[in-house]
Amino acid sequence: MNAAGNAHPRPLLAARDLRVRIGGRHILHDVHLDVAPHGVTALLGRNGAGKTTTVRAILGLVPRTGSILLDGQDVSGLRTHVLVRRGIGYAPEDRGVFTALTVAENLRLAERPGSRPPDYALVHDLFPELRQRAGQPAGTLSGGQQQMVAIARTLLADNRLVIVDEPTKGLAPKIVTEVAEALERAARAVPVLMVEQNLAVVRRLATTCAVLVDGRTAYAGEAAPLLADPRATRRLLGVASGSTRGGQDPPGARASAAESPDTREAQS
Amino acid sequence: MSSNPPRDAVDRTHPARGTRGLLRLWPAALLIAAAAVPFGSFPLPGLLAGPVGSPGNLQLLALCLLFGALATGYDLLLGRTGLLSFGHVLYFAFGAYATNTVMLEAHLPFPVAALIGVLAGTALSAVLGAVSLRVSGIGFSMVTLAFAQAFSIVVSRDPGGLTGGEEGRAAPAGLLPGGFVGIDHTADLYWLALGCLLLTLGVSAWALRSPLGRVWDGISQNEQRVEVLGLRPYGFKLTAFVIAGALAAFAGTVHLLLTGGATPGTTTTDFSLSLLVMVVLGGSGSRWGPMIGGILYTWADQRLSDVAGSGAVASLPGVLRVPLSQPLFLLGALFVVIVAVLPGGLARLPARIAVVRRGRTVRTEPPPDAPPAAQGAVGTARAGDRHGA
Amino acid sequence: MDTLVLLTMTGLGLGALYFLIASGLSLIFGLMDVLNFAHGALLSVGAYACWWAASGHLPGAGPHGAGFVLAVAFGVVTGTLAAVALEVGVVRPLYARPREQVLANVGVGLAVPALLSGIWGSDARTFPVPDALSGTVTLLGARVPANRILLIGCALAVLVGLRVLLGRTRAGLVVRAGVQDRAMVSALGIDVRRAFTLVFALGGALAALGGALGGVYFGEVDPGQGTSLLIYAFVVVVVGGMSSVTGAAAACVAVGLLQQFANYFTTAGLGDLAVVVLLAVVLLVRPRGLMGRLT
Repeated sequence: MNAAGNAHPRPLLAARDLRVRIGGRHILHDVHLDVAPHGVTALLGRNGAGKTTTVRAILGLVPRTGSILLDGQDVSGLRTHVLVRRGIGYAPEDRGVFTALTVAENLRLAERPGSRPPDYALVHDLFPELRQRAGQPAGTLSGGQQQMVAIARTLLADNRLVIVDEPTKGLAPKIVTEVAEALERAARAVPVLMVEQNLAVVRRLATTCAVLVDGRTAYAGEAAPLLADPRATRRLLGVASGSTRGGQDPPGARASAAESPDTREAQS
Repeated sequence: MSSNPPRDAVDRTHPARGTRGLLRLWPAALLIAAAAVPFGSFPLPGLLAGPVGSPGNLQLLALCLLFGALATGYDLLLGRTGLLSFGHVLYFAFGAYATNTVMLEAHLPFPVAALIGVLAGTALSAVLGAVSLRVSGIGFSMVTLAFAQAFSIVVSRDPGGLTGGEEGRAAPAGLLPGGFVGIDHTADLYWLALGCLLLTLGVSAWALRSPLGRVWDGISQNEQRVEVLGLRPYGFKLTAFVIAGALAAFAGTVHLLLTGGATPGTTTTDFSLSLLVMVVLGGSGSRWGPMIGGILYTWADQRLSDVAGSGAVASLPGVLRVPLSQPLFLLGALFVVIVAVLPGGLARLPARIAVVRRGRTVRTEPPPDAPPAAQGAVGTARAGDRHGA
Repeated sequence: MDTLVLLTMTGLGLGALYFLIASGLSLIFGLMDVLNFAHGALLSVGAYACWWAASGHLPGAGPHGAGFVLAVAFGVVTGTLAAVALEVGVVRPLYARPREQVLANVGVGLAVPALLSGIWGSDARTFPVPDALSGTVTLLGARVPANRILLIGCALAVLVGLRVLLGRTRAGLVVRAGVQDRAMVSALGIDVRRAFTLVFALGGALAALGGALGGVYFGEVDPGQGTSLLIYAFVVVVVGGMSSVTGAAAACVAVGLLQQFANYFTTAGLGDLAVVVLLAVVLLVRPRGLMGRLT
């Protein structure tokens, strides 16, 4: 069915036939998604393609049907908090920071009593700022600092998968780099599923990727060939792959990946 | 919020055309039967004490019909427009009190007083509705509750001797139309209540069939979508509020005749909530549901009280006697069960049975029991609200 | 002067009673978006349980001294259990249907007082008031009934206790986070429903305590007491800003004093009316500002 599934021994997380209806409308029709057991898997697509819904559906935050396997175990029937306790860290699109709580309290909520002690060393190493601002209400932080809190929460506990939804959205370029660096370091220890619009960040971090078009999986496989192909990226993502970096595509790139059966299905 | 499968889907389950044609006549048949009730000299053991047409029974049945009417009018707000008012009985009570006060203080005859009472009740609903509708959701419920409670406090304090306080005030017999006074004329009162019910059903059906009703339906399902169409929901909601208020005030004047006075019991929060129970019990948002609920509730309340007072119940052991002696407990408990397991109320029961009989699974709106879905759906809505704010 | 002191203390005592109901209400509303119409029923359950125990039905409990403390404790435990039963049995199955949730609570709010009057009659029962609480205390030259002091003291203790619970414990942290965003709390691996049950239990306990102390304050208990107090508690919750315990506390003082002073200096009943009208005015003037999410 898709390239990633064949290339790697077993995906860390596999979603099959994911469907979501909200208010009588189909938001997701048939999403297949494999998260590679190493590195960063990027979930791409135009605005409204269903990326955030896919992530929320995986976590059980929206009513959905379909199966979800984590490390080969069926977790589709689990309630959100039980699933998360199996080792998932989640930084949502709006960052999900509790603005009335302090930074320290936000982090404390991500601790999992009963499992291994929280890794504050890693968090403070990645984001030294958070240590200084521990007593500050999170609502008074800048967008970038709130994003750091959100990512820090995913790294505190002993997670085997980290899901981040548009971590660089609305951030200043300097902060984007900082966040990307942090994610890059984090991805060395734990696999990451990342929803991202910024192709420069995707190019830097992602090894594998999936593309959604109108609530269906239109591409799944390695990230590099897709990003190297301006025609495919324009068609699937609505942007030329070079647009964020200025025409670095190798001359010989072809739209081979985009001609997969999934793509045709999505277009029909 | 209203149940998903449309009501005509239910009608389509009747197979044969001929039967369907006959079945369509049932409201007319029922009306004829209802109009003939005062002539009934046969008993309905268990349902009513003594012959059907006895004055006592006619009084009870008239009350049933009247509350059926009140519930039907209230559902224009609750079921049709999605407005959860907790103070609708204010206009009912106000209609009765205003009419009674005009008769007692200005010595005007009942028809004039009733006209003034209905107009005053309508005006009051227009003013308070205009104010209450500035807030929505549970805020609206609270404001309506507050207004009704305020009226209840005023009535119980008896300002200037106008309301009679805790006792209420009897209507001046001399000013009432002769045909509606005394035990000999209970049948007239019964027909009057029936007329009130028909009027309410008619106004309600007319309004719902008009473009107004379609906008109400849109508002109850998704207010934003109505706004997107370029319509201001406020005016439509206010119209629903005033129509329901006017119908309630009219029912209030009939209640005044029926009970021979204005009583503070009609102003209480408990009565407001009972009205809510009637509508939801019968089936909010359906044509006959609120009426059925109002009739059944009133009948059950009365009959259960009679049964509770009888020796048969007094001799029962406490476990049975205590709940049986409290109609409100039984009805409240039944209400909770209906709300939880039978969305759409009793009016949806036949359709439900039909569906179950054919072995098909019942389609409910959101998956209510799937834990992750349920939990997520609520959380999502809230998260969304927050961004919108 | 005497009158002013007495009125103030009575107003504060009434405010304290409102606070015991309103603090639970606002926590429940803040966390779960449930406006608990059955909260008055929980108060009545607590009041009757305490009355029942203090009237000599519970061994060891009685109308005086340690026996009365035990009776109050029994009332609180009963109220807590009732609240948990309500949450698990009625509220929880209806989370996906907020309107039905309100309706079901309304049903419970009607049925429970009816059940109480079925068991103990609809007339008010004399509440056993311990000797220590039936006297008066001289305060600034005024003779103030001791039960006012008790109510105010209890409410203050509850306020401090709640602030410690919310501010210093992990459970409190979860509740505060859940007030802002339930979904995110569960997305962090925390079972937010346990917080729901906790908050309901807490609300039930406080309402039951309010019922027991209300019995002392009014000297009697009747099935409708909880429901009539509930409306004033709604006022307090709305004026206090929904879901803020401190806000509720401040609003209780304001509402209790307003009610007492208006009832005394104008005609009786005008204070009650003023408070109810205050609810409408606040909702209308600042539907968002005062109440956060409540629109």
